[in-house]
Amino acid sequence: MAEFRTEEMVLNMGPQHPSTHGVLRLEVVLDGEIVVNVVPHIGYLHRCFEKHAEAMTNYQQVIPYVDRMDYVTSMNNDLAYALAVEKLLGIQVPERVSYIRVIMAELNRIASHLIAIGTYGLDIGAFTPFLFCFRDRELILDLFEMTCGARLLYNYIWVGGLSHDLPDGFVEKARAFIKTFRPNIKELNDLLSYNKIFIDRTANIGVLPADVAINYGVTGPMLRASGVRWDLRKNDPYSLYERFDFEIPVGTNDIGVVGDSWNRYMVRVREMEQSLNIIEQALDNLPSGDVKSAIPKRIRPPVGEAYVRSESPKGELGFYVISDGSGSPFRVKARSPSFCNLSVLPEISRGAMVADLVAILGSIDIVLGEVDR
Amino acid sequence: MESSEIYEILKNEFGETILEFKRDGVVEPYIVVAPDHIRDIAYFLRDDERLQFTSLMCLSSVDYNDGTLGVVYHLHSMTLGHKIVLKVRVPKEAPHVQSVEAVWKAANWHEREAYDLMGIAFDGHPDLRRILLPYDWEGHPLRKDYKVPEFYNGMKVPY
Repeated sequence: MAEFRTEEMVLNMGPQHPSTHGVLRLEVVLDGEIVVNVVPHIGYLHRCFEKHAEAMTNYQQVIPYVDRMDYVTSMNNDLAYALAVEKLLGIQVPERVSYIRVIMAELNRIASHLIAIGTYGLDIGAFTPFLFCFRDRELILDLFEMTCGARLLYNYIWVGGLSHDLPDGFVEKARAFIKTFRPNIKELNDLLSYNKIFIDRTANIGVLPADVAINYGVTGPMLRASGVRWDLRKNDPYSLYERFDFEIPVGTNDIGVVGDSWNRYMVRVREMEQSLNIIEQALDNLPSGDVKSAIPKRIRPPVGEAYVRSESPKGELGFYVISDGSGSPFRVKARSPSFCNLSVLPEISRGAMVADLVAILGSIDIVLGEVDR
Repeated sequence: MESSEIYEILKNEFGETILEFKRDGVVEPYIVVAPDHIRDIAYFLRDDERLQFTSLMCLSSVDYNDGTLGVVYHLHSMTLGHKIVLKVRVPKEAPHVQSVEAVWKAANWHEREAYDLMGIAFDGHPDLRRILLPYDWEGHPLRKDYKVPEFYNGMKVPY
């Protein structure tokens, strides 16, 4: 029998494709159904954040732009930026401010993980968990709405403080949310996490070894799924996180292997439980005080620079801010976790089946607004 | 390990190519090194037993608005828990810096971003293309003297 002539095929996945969670184009080189190489093309959502930041006349004006980087975790973005400018200014915020920031950051972490989990299920064909996740996320958005009026882009955490104090009834409503949401995590586990079909699609797929992850600058749940117990809230605490008692979930060999897509998913589920614990502790010990007392009237940091990082739901979010002594920032560089996490995609998807590429990409949990900034 | 000790180790190993150590007036101390030796220094920082800088947290490009561009490396050791900031400075007319992509893969996209937005050429980078802007965009927007072009591919740029 004569030999068949075979050749590689180039397939474009995206920029308009539901599984890419935004506008991302993957140039996939295929040998039959096997992925030979993946070249991500990004930049479709580039909005010149860094150039805009330099044009602002006040450090506070940058915060609405920061909101729009990773638009599902605005609180965490605000927090990271505020911490960087506060370090430049050398100001200490009141304890109440730090506690409220922790509550908001953890609520937003749960909201972000719910999107990650829900859309991940959706990517590989489980529609119902997506609706369950968004139902619960709605409760968090209600809490944010009663706090600052916005449901998505909050502009709530300011340099030196907060835009508003907590409204009346917030604490009770937050406790009610925790009470409702805890059993829902178990429901989610029964429905999706330990679902045989889901496990078959995700376990042992896209394995990322720990040393490769560190070399690529991968952080957050992705790094922890690879078995590295690394969380900036514990390892480099900020905003009084050292006072809270919580655990860092890492990947295990129970179902798949350490570093596979299922572990990346499961670390997020377990982190939601830990976030609930943190919120409970913060609500129990919430100090009193004025949340606006430390907000400077004019922000003119001394000449200098600071790189401050924090643990956003996607990973290490860092801001490198340079001040030339004037009222507007000289340079703001955002080190976004999704950017670094996405760069490892070619490494872990070579040799996978084309159908698994969607499962691998979904497990990275990218938000293109943050990749492209 | 303190940044002054890291500086001493580097100074002993590389001598002349370690240009400056600054610890006063800035929030974090930093070490200025020669742009054409950064790769060797990076290999040493990663592989030396005392230093073990396993991860590159952030790679930023800066236009200092005095005729020089800079690259800033924020390094961190996950095993030993210390940090250091490295800086290189190059003239704006010929901005060439050695790539550290071979040392930390995280530098791959960060260097492409610095090339794209600031116009710094990283020698030895395997795939130095624009990353965020279209491939046929002209100019490097994060430079302080950047002027927005009036037209892009015959289309008027709105502002």
